[in-house]
Amino acid sequence: MSEITLVEAVNQALAYEMQADDNVVLLGEDIAKNGGVFRSTVGLLERFGPQRVLDTPLAESMIAGVSIGMAMQGLKPVAEFQFMGFMYAGMEHIISHASRIRNRTRGRLTCPLVFRTPYGAGIHAPEHHSESTEALFAHIPGLRVVIPSSPVRAYGLLLAAIRDPDPVIFLEPTRIYRLVKQTVPDNGQALPLDKCFVLREGSDITLVTWGNMVYETLKAAGQLAEQNIQAEVIDVATIKPLDMQTILASVEKTGRCVIIHEAARTCGVGAEIAAQLAERCLLCLMAPVKRVTGYDTIVPYAKMEKHYLPTAEKIIKAVEDVLSYEG
Amino acid sequence: MTIVAKFEIPYLRFLDSEGKINKPLPHFAKNSRDLISLYRTMVLTRTFDAKAINLQRTGKLGTYPSSLGQEAISTAIGAAMQPNDVFCPAYREYAAQLQRGVTMAEILAYWSGDERGNQFAANPEDLPIYVPLATQCLHAAGIASAFKLRNQPRVVIVVCGDGATSRGDFYEAINLAGVWQLPIVFVVNNNQWAISVPRTAQTNAATLAQKAIAGGFAGEQVDGNDVIAVKYALDNAIAKARAGSGPSLIEAITYRLCDHTTADDAKRYWDPQTVEQAWQEEPIKRLRQYLIKNKHWDETQEAHLQVECNQQIEQAVTEYMNLPPAKLTDMFDYLYASLPAIYLEQRREVEI
Repeated sequence: MSEITLVEAVNQALAYEMQADDNVVLLGEDIAKNGGVFRSTVGLLERFGPQRVLDTPLAESMIAGVSIGMAMQGLKPVAEFQFMGFMYAGMEHIISHASRIRNRTRGRLTCPLVFRTPYGAGIHAPEHHSESTEALFAHIPGLRVVIPSSPVRAYGLLLAAIRDPDPVIFLEPTRIYRLVKQTVPDNGQALPLDKCFVLREGSDITLVTWGNMVYETLKAAGQLAEQNIQAEVIDVATIKPLDMQTILASVEKTGRCVIIHEAARTCGVGAEIAAQLAERCLLCLMAPVKRVTGYDTIVPYAKMEKHYLPTAEKIIKAVEDVLSYEG
Repeated sequence: MTIVAKFEIPYLRFLDSEGKINKPLPHFAKNSRDLISLYRTMVLTRTFDAKAINLQRTGKLGTYPSSLGQEAISTAIGAAMQPNDVFCPAYREYAAQLQRGVTMAEILAYWSGDERGNQFAANPEDLPIYVPLATQCLHAAGIASAFKLRNQPRVVIVVCGDGATSRGDFYEAINLAGVWQLPIVFVVNNNQWAISVPRTAQTNAATLAQKAIAGGFAGEQVDGNDVIAVKYALDNAIAKARAGSGPSLIEAITYRLCDHTTADDAKRYWDPQTVEQAWQEEPIKRLRQYLIKNKHWDETQEAHLQVECNQQIEQAVTEYMNLPPAKLTDMFDYLYASLPAIYLEQRREVEI
């Protein structure tokens, strides 16, 4: 079996579920004939036809709203927003409707859909193509926010997202779309939502991260191991609802935690994790929780973006600070 | 100069404000039973509105928007639709909702601040009232897309007001409906007011109907106080949509003869003379005059109808007032298909 990239795993999951379930339809800009600007839907128009792979007019609010209408009729739309920075035009529908239809109608109508979008910086793209604003969605009751960080998890989590009976925001880290390849059996096996993945076990410190930052964090953990520091690396994967159980169990074991995300620091998801650690296991902490994040600035344009993003070096520095904390 | 395209917006009216016919009636309107049924729905709706306002004034209901003066539009919609079509209402469409199985008790529950009012026990698929204006237009387009993808001969009727036609969602829905040839009918209830902002301040367009032209399909104006005209226009638009021939837009011209809601005071911005004039055009009186003139209706029937309406409404009010309070845990229990574990702790705080 050949190895595939994260973006190919997305395609494989879409194809699998479209084959398995006639209710799954895809819509978005440039997704049909062109196969998506990142090629995540390539070949699906040819395979499933124009009734189920729909190029829409260029209007993101419309893409969000129409998907919700379809979902209320029992279709399972998987809509692509070309970039996260263009998704904001659809926010009214996501916040005011998708997340609330079930609650508003006391279960009479539901909204089983997936809103996919490439997100994150590091690909030298123009402004609005490097957003990492997942916390906006994580704040909204009724939504799920899922972020895969490997081909295997992209496949399994996207299948789970499509099968989930509620709306899922599925954020695909562009920087690792083609960074690594893995063998991904096309067996239709979903991975669990609402669960963290422990990517590396360790006893000295817990590194909590997701999306693009998983690879920088793993790199840092590898270098720390050379100094005989054993870091446990957790890929949160579903940032809403948070699986605090897994994070707490790890921090109870290690007593130290660094949270890494590329989004701006203030009110980022890291703040919620840190707050919950303070509420639930303050006394098991041997040092304050530290965050390594993007700055509280606009993501810079391409030339400066590498200075904005957390790196393995910055993570290692934070780990050393936490380990050397003496109260 | 070369003209590359030319468009026209027709206007339709059968019954003038005196209840006189100004053109041959369509087939359905020759049947007095159908006309009486439309009349009864309009009267029931107006009586219900009056009762709801009384309930609000006596502290038994929350803020309530009346449909006073606009009953013909919604009455025609309810009469023109098939049960398995889907209705996407604006918030003054009680007449259509009542015909489609939404109960008065549910409507009252909704306006009392109870989500159970959207449960529509007898109507599984219609949308509830949408508060962010015009957003329902896009959901309607999505529902129509589902009908089209599944080859179902079903139609979506979506209503918005004149103010909502200024929103992007309205344009985006019009655009998609045209390019995808969706089985959908847009009805604009042009009651001349978006709270205090008049229709003339919404757009410089001569008509709202012409907004369909940009989407590549037909728009027409009808006298929204002539239930026969509205019903006729809807019958045609629905038949066209059901046959797979695409969307239509009907701008129904009427007047909001009431405050925006019970929380509003229209005297701050209304011109009393215009309102007095608008009262002459209202939809119920003209149909009653027509029915009486043609001996389809008389004072005795009118008196009976009032009694019947009042009885039906009183029964609904009793049902509404007797609705037991909802469980506090409902705020968690309909958030997701099953509540994620992390929220159980918060849910326990409201468990009794």
